[in-house]
Amino acid sequence: MATGVAAWLPFARAAAIGWMPVANCPMPIAPRDNSKKQDELIILNVSGRRFQTWRTTLDRYPDTLLGSSEKDFFYNEETKEYFFDRDPDAFRSILNFYRTGKLHYPRHECISAYDEELTFFGIIPEIIGDCCYEEYKDRKRENLERLQDDQEENMDLKMPNMNFRETMWRAFENPHTSTMALVFYYVTGFFIAVSVITNVVETVPCGATANQKDMPCGERYTVAFFCMDTACVMIFTVEYLLRLFAAPSRYRFMRSVMSIIDVVAILPYYIGLVMTNNEDVSGAFVTLRVFRVFRIFKFSRHSQGLRILGYTLKSCASELGFLLFSLTMAIIIFATVMFYAEKGSSSSKFTSIPASFWYTIVTMTTLGYGDMVPKTIAGKIFGSICSLSGVLVIALPVPVIVSNFSRIYHQNQRADKRRAQKKARLARIRIAKSGSANAFLQSKHNGLLNELLELTGTEEDEQKLTQKSISLLESQHHHLLHCLEKTTAHEFVDEQIYEQNCLETALQTYPSRSPSVSSHDSSTRTCCSRKRKRNVPLPNTSLPTTHSTHQGPLQELSAIHIQCGDPLSHTASRSNLNLKTDESSRINCKSGRITTAIISLPTPPALTPDGDGLHGPPQRRPPRPPSHPPPLSIQTTTSSAGANIVKVSAL
Amino acid sequence: MDAKRVETVSARVDAAVSSTDSVEDELELSAVRHRPEGLEQLEAQTRFSRKELQILYRGFKNECPSGVVNEDTFKDIYSQFFPQGDASTYAHFLFNAFDTDHNGSVSFEDFVMGLSILLRGTVQEKLNWAFNLYDINKDGYITKEEMLDIMKAIYDMMGKCTYPVLKEETPRQHVEVFFQKMDKNKDGVVTIDEFIDCCQNDENIMRSMHLFENVL
Repeated sequence: MATGVAAWLPFARAAAIGWMPVANCPMPIAPRDNSKKQDELIILNVSGRRFQTWRTTLDRYPDTLLGSSEKDFFYNEETKEYFFDRDPDAFRSILNFYRTGKLHYPRHECISAYDEELTFFGIIPEIIGDCCYEEYKDRKRENLERLQDDQEENMDLKMPNMNFRETMWRAFENPHTSTMALVFYYVTGFFIAVSVITNVVETVPCGATANQKDMPCGERYTVAFFCMDTACVMIFTVEYLLRLFAAPSRYRFMRSVMSIIDVVAILPYYIGLVMTNNEDVSGAFVTLRVFRVFRIFKFSRHSQGLRILGYTLKSCASELGFLLFSLTMAIIIFATVMFYAEKGSSSSKFTSIPASFWYTIVTMTTLGYGDMVPKTIAGKIFGSICSLSGVLVIALPVPVIVSNFSRIYHQNQRADKRRAQKKARLARIRIAKSGSANAFLQSKHNGLLNELLELTGTEEDEQKLTQKSISLLESQHHHLLHCLEKTTAHEFVDEQIYEQNCLETALQTYPSRSPSVSSHDSSTRTCCSRKRKRNVPLPNTSLPTTHSTHQGPLQELSAIHIQCGDPLSHTASRSNLNLKTDESSRINCKSGRITTAIISLPTPPALTPDGDGLHGPPQRRPPRPPSHPPPLSIQTTTSSAGANIVKVSAL
Repeated sequence: MDAKRVETVSARVDAAVSSTDSVEDELELSAVRHRPEGLEQLEAQTRFSRKELQILYRGFKNECPSGVVNEDTFKDIYSQFFPQGDASTYAHFLFNAFDTDHNGSVSFEDFVMGLSILLRGTVQEKLNWAFNLYDINKDGYITKEEMLDIMKAIYDMMGKCTYPVLKEETPRQHVEVFFQKMDKNKDGVVTIDEFIDCCQNDENIMRSMHLFENVL
């Protein structure tokens, strides 16, 4: 119920006059407001601090402590006030919730104390407004983490029927999920390290043998290194193929950066295999070996930080581009100046402007190798200006990149958090909406039951049903919705019944199956039309044979059944209609002891009168399955057809 | 930084400098606090008692602290009463019916005047109000298209899950029925007189006009 806007209900009801001229049916009667009490101030004494508010303010949220009759427990007769022995500071924000409709979380409060207060006053924390909700959840999470032991979070959302491929992919992506995955993770890491070290050591000159001069180890122990290389490449190839197999979208996997790195890492080896001993391309072959160093990038799978670094660089592309551009400008300017300054001096290394580039770069980055130094005074002056400005130009973009990195890193952490909260929030909204819709349908059940009970006149049932007294606000809101139903001559149903109806209309093949609106018992006309359709296939599916015996006239079977409790319980029962499902659905009913089934078969007076309209007495125990003669008199006997007993179980 | 970005930045700075007036205007707009006329005046203009006006205003001000409702807030509020369907179209028509001076917002006076007619007015006034609601372009005639819009808006509020299942042509059929009843001279439009005449002869409608009298 939109209790936050309860104040607008009178307006919405008044505006309903706009429907009246359009409606074809008469409107239902409005609920009376019997309590003609004036709005009064009530005093809430919370540990000595007195708060005052209107009664109607508190009545806005009838399912909390202060809004319901639960507060009567705290009423103090002598002082005529409600006394609560709770924290007055926290109570402030709770009372503000009633006033404004928004619950705020005061940041200085301890999270568990606040939670306790909310629980005491019957307010669910999900109502906390957007401004404070994130803070609240963060604090709550921190608290939980602190209290929890260091057990590993069970992130194992293992769906029961995940096939082998999906398991493998998950193992690859999250190595912590299973031991095998962890082993695989470390093995590949080890081999990457081995491969990189091999490449490095290959070029180190080993000790000279007797007759040969120093040669790198690679050439000395060719076979050993070749074997090592082969082993590594095999492992990498196997890993790549496995990933390729397990990937949910192979095409996307092949385009991803990591897989390209994998390919580039292992390709040189295969190319080398293919074209050995070919002198022409041996130069190119040597170059290819350079690419083996890319294997080190495979480590980025093992390190989140590396990945973020790479992503940062990608995202800072514009800043890096600017850095490069401005550097280039500065280099060209200073190189030109230096060249012309040093042109005069003899034996100057500054032979051309491009040659001066090297000097400029080395100077601007404050490296200062010293292989090129200016000799003229002008050159020295400009050289010093160059080095000073170099510091500035280099220092500028670096903080940008650093801050980008830090931002992206934290963003990474927060993105997951926000995604989870968003899902929860949407779920909340959906639940609230369906809750209010369900409340209306629920009250319709109760209302209909009340009517029926008046018909049958069972007193205690009536009392039991009206136990759940509905607030005036709710009843007015429901009346409003009821008026809308009458205006449009359609009724609200909940999702499941709607889908069932759709299904039935799709399945209808016999004309005999289609019940018409007019064919039901007049006494329960308004109540039962909704439920009627659900039971229509019931007799059909259970008695295909008997149907065939009926002649042409339109059979109209309407099994009307009222069951209190949510209609959700029926979903299970639809599939196997005639079996014991009745009991199961019965169990689900909250107070479902009333069963009234009315079948009227107003076939034209042919020889196949199948029906008496039987009005079964309300009864408590579940009906037995139709294999035994049901005590609930929902039987239709064909008179002329002899012993054709059509038994229809009452659901 | 590219030249483009430099330009945009400088443009923004220029705009900010030169538009201090508009900033002030914005502040002013957001700080509009509509204050309604005094209680006595409203009491005289409407049929509500002082107490009732107090209650109404408290509720109104609670939801709209600034004192006026704009169309979006109005749609939001009205939609909360009809969770299963989409009430925004009908709320739009309602808003236009309440916003008598057509300034895009409903102040407390508009609100209370409308309510006074709906809850305390004579049957004639109520029917007048309903006619005004249906007549979207306020030209004094209800055409079939206007009625169809209204009808669709009403049916939209029912949502999808209804019994019997809502069909495409249900609103149109309903409009046909309505016109058959109301359009006496069969000229395709319903005038105010036809409307009021016809409604006064219809018992159901007459009875339902008195339905919400005890709302406050």
